[in-house]
Amino acid sequence: MSRLSRRRSLLVGAATFAVVVVAWYALTTLTNTISPGRFPAPGEVWDALRQISVAGYADARLAEHVLHSVKLVLLGFAAAAIIGVPLGLAMGASTRIEAFANPTFLLLRPIPPLAWIPLAIVWLGLGDAAKILIIWFAAFVPAVINSYAGVRAIEPHLLEAARMLGVSRWAFVREVLVPGAMPMIFTGLRLSLQACWTTLVAGELIGAIAGLGHVLYQASLDIFPAMIVVGMASVAVTAAVMTVALGFVERRAMPWRS
Amino acid sequence: MVTPATSEPGVGRASAGESPGLPLRAGGESVGLRSSSRNPNAPLSFRAWLALSAAGFATFFGIWWAVAASGLVSPQFLPSPLAVAEQFVKLTQTTFVGYTLQQHLASSFGRFALGFGLAVAIGIPLGLLMGWYRGLDEIVTPLFDALRFIAPIAWVPFAALWFGTGIGGPVLVIFTGAFPPCVVNAYRGARFVEPRFIEAARTLGAGPFRMITEVLLPASVPSIVAGLRISAGLGWQSLVGAELIVASSGIGYLLVKGQSNISTSIVMSGMIAIGVVGFAIDALLRAIERRIQHRRGR
Repeated sequence: MSRLSRRRSLLVGAATFAVVVVAWYALTTLTNTISPGRFPAPGEVWDALRQISVAGYADARLAEHVLHSVKLVLLGFAAAAIIGVPLGLAMGASTRIEAFANPTFLLLRPIPPLAWIPLAIVWLGLGDAAKILIIWFAAFVPAVINSYAGVRAIEPHLLEAARMLGVSRWAFVREVLVPGAMPMIFTGLRLSLQACWTTLVAGELIGAIAGLGHVLYQASLDIFPAMIVVGMASVAVTAAVMTVALGFVERRAMPWRS
Repeated sequence: MVTPATSEPGVGRASAGESPGLPLRAGGESVGLRSSSRNPNAPLSFRAWLALSAAGFATFFGIWWAVAASGLVSPQFLPSPLAVAEQFVKLTQTTFVGYTLQQHLASSFGRFALGFGLAVAIGIPLGLLMGWYRGLDEIVTPLFDALRFIAPIAWVPFAALWFGTGIGGPVLVIFTGAFPPCVVNAYRGARFVEPRFIEAARTLGAGPFRMITEVLLPASVPSIVAGLRISAGLGWQSLVGAELIVASSGIGYLLVKGQSNISTSIVMSGMIAIGVVGFAIDALLRAIERRIQHRRGR
């Protein structure tokens, strides 16, 4: 894309947002076409944002809710990556391990992570442990599958060459397997992160004492549309920031790609 | 390669919901390797494969059964596999929270079909139009990118506020889950049509409508179908999430009621049913995908 057309795209994008905001303002505050009980006016959202940031809402301030949610996601995500990626690599590298683990995996895979929430609550209650369990599960499946696919995508002659040169097992893993599978591993981790985030929000909506999902839950109980918008925006912004951060890690981990 | 859907140029990143399927037997790919006992990547014989798979299953169910039978965990929290199977059969015969398992599934599937249908009916035309008209692309893409990061499940409060807990609320949530892959894949398909097709159609005097329906649409069918699979998967998952929170029937509702009754066997039966239906939807779309690829000689 040329620089001129990129600038045009940026301009059109900015103009679109401006039109949306003006239309939002016109439909709510000015003309009252959309009743405040259905969707809040921009001013109400601003007030709600100030309320939750300064005074707090649903037992905590916005920053505390965000930190709580992010902490759970990172814990579950890290646990899943630490267990899932090596398992996926092992399944990709050895047909025996694959034959052993794959059927059970195929059996569990079609069950969406969200469907584990009630089970996690029955087992572990409404606290953080249940959330971490479901986040772990949500991240685990994509982490395994993509690491596995990553090994399978390594060109066979690379594996063959390494084996012919008599590379030791540990060096084989470190120099061939992991770097070769790296692009797919990160694809998997990206998917994992999305799944984690969705699952956590759902888990917190169903039962929690803090977190962004809890804010959404409380706001919908109170029929407080402005706070719902604040909650949704916080969910989106936090997810976007985490995705960008993972992208940064990905570029650092694979310097040879850029 | 992994799956044709994701290995297409450009499609991979956007259709990120896709995860490559694990082939049941992936021995054939390591053709260049001599099969020796020292090579862990050597293809297994069918018997060895079968034995190891059976051992895997046996280990999984064995541990489950052993923990349940040991009495360390109360059966209310971890019923044995057999107890879950019995509960499953019982749920299909007697009603739980008003309906049998089949009726819950039927009501869930109705919502899914509606939400998914709407996402397809709006998303694919929108994606194709965005692929053809630059101006529309420039207007919609920033909005789309901004909304994309909102997890579908975060729409639940508004879904309940606007449409209630009957059919409308869950349908909105399914729609928000299933919509993005439809748009993105139709758009990618339309953008990556070979220019010579467009030039040929233009020389022959095709207008925008015929260009979209007769050139862009057929050319992007493989990408669209790949998108449909992702879309259906996300839609089904969003349905479960929505029903856990805003519904008064359906399979997610069954799970929540099982949870509040502290009946693990009901929850597990519901999970099995969800897995089976999700798998069936995916298998159907995969069969369609394969047929289309086959017809196109790929």
